[in-house]
Amino acid sequence: MSVTSPSSAQQLPADWRDLFALTKPRVMSLVIFTGLCGLLAAPERIHPVLAFTAILCIAMGAGGAAALNQWWEADLDAGMKRTANRPLPQGRLDRTTARDFGGVLCAASVFLMGFAISWLAAAILALSIAYYAVVYTMWLKPRTPQNIVIGGGAGAFPPLIGWVAATGHITLMPVVLFAIIFMWTPPHFWALALFVKSDYAKVGIPMMPVVAGEKSTRRQILAYAVLLLPLSVVPWWIGGTHGVYGISAIVLSTLFLALSVRVGLREKDGPEDTMKPEKQLFAYSVIYLFALFAALVVDRFVVI
Amino acid sequence: MADNDPTPRTPEDIRKSRNRVLALSLAAFVILVFFISIAKMS
Repeated sequence: MSVTSPSSAQQLPADWRDLFALTKPRVMSLVIFTGLCGLLAAPERIHPVLAFTAILCIAMGAGGAAALNQWWEADLDAGMKRTANRPLPQGRLDRTTARDFGGVLCAASVFLMGFAISWLAAAILALSIAYYAVVYTMWLKPRTPQNIVIGGGAGAFPPLIGWVAATGHITLMPVVLFAIIFMWTPPHFWALALFVKSDYAKVGIPMMPVVAGEKSTRRQILAYAVLLLPLSVVPWWIGGTHGVYGISAIVLSTLFLALSVRVGLREKDGPEDTMKPEKQLFAYSVIYLFALFAALVVDRFVVI
Repeated sequence: MADNDPTPRTPEDIRKSRNRVLALSLAAFVILVFFISIAKMS
């Protein structure tokens, strides 16, 4: 594993911290958290060592898929301010190392999940990796402005995998959790895309604000936020959770909708616009998902 | 990440720290497999 630095042309070995950065640790934290919540919210318990292994496999799979994503998009990342400092565009790693590292992580995560937990959980993990690395990264992202809508499924798998790891089968509840993250993804990403629109336009990625324009993107953010409110309450409605989750979901989703209304109904106020409402919606969307899934787990152990 | 280091690191330093992390990861994996075996039997 070595790389030729573009500045010094000196052979340098790959630093483990750069390999770790390939796994997108911040994104992985959300994946681990939702996977853990799916596992803890499930009605059946598994041995703590197996629970730890299941979460480790989800993390390894997500990290491996992220590494494959960066391997495929190294050239695009170099052209965007937000991603230009990643190890590959900076020349601190070579692409082959990134590809091999991602591939080994993905394969190891699936096999470990299969041997230690269940082959159904392993199959869903493999599907989620393929969905993110192939369907989203290689196929949808460079081709359609609906990339985030369909590709959002990739990030929605962790609670489903966690649930299946604990119970061994798929029921309505984990599918609803999948649907909640699926519905949450477009407003989350489009809020980001609105204030980094020029970056995406520069490298030719057909993100919604670039292709359909800001106005249409804002309306669609609002539409998804409207749908997310009732959907987030479905776990309570079908009797999968108690009041702690139900009330939390209503409060959190109402606030999400309020911030989305502010973004959905405004127009950019010239080049000097700091896009504060969009940045606030993006920041809140991350807190929203953490809080909603935390409420799911709290609800499991605290019954009102 | 490596660029944030206060002092430039030699290839030998980088290789050493990477090998140390790899060794620790492999040791952790062996321990994990041991505990998984125990958990599966219980």
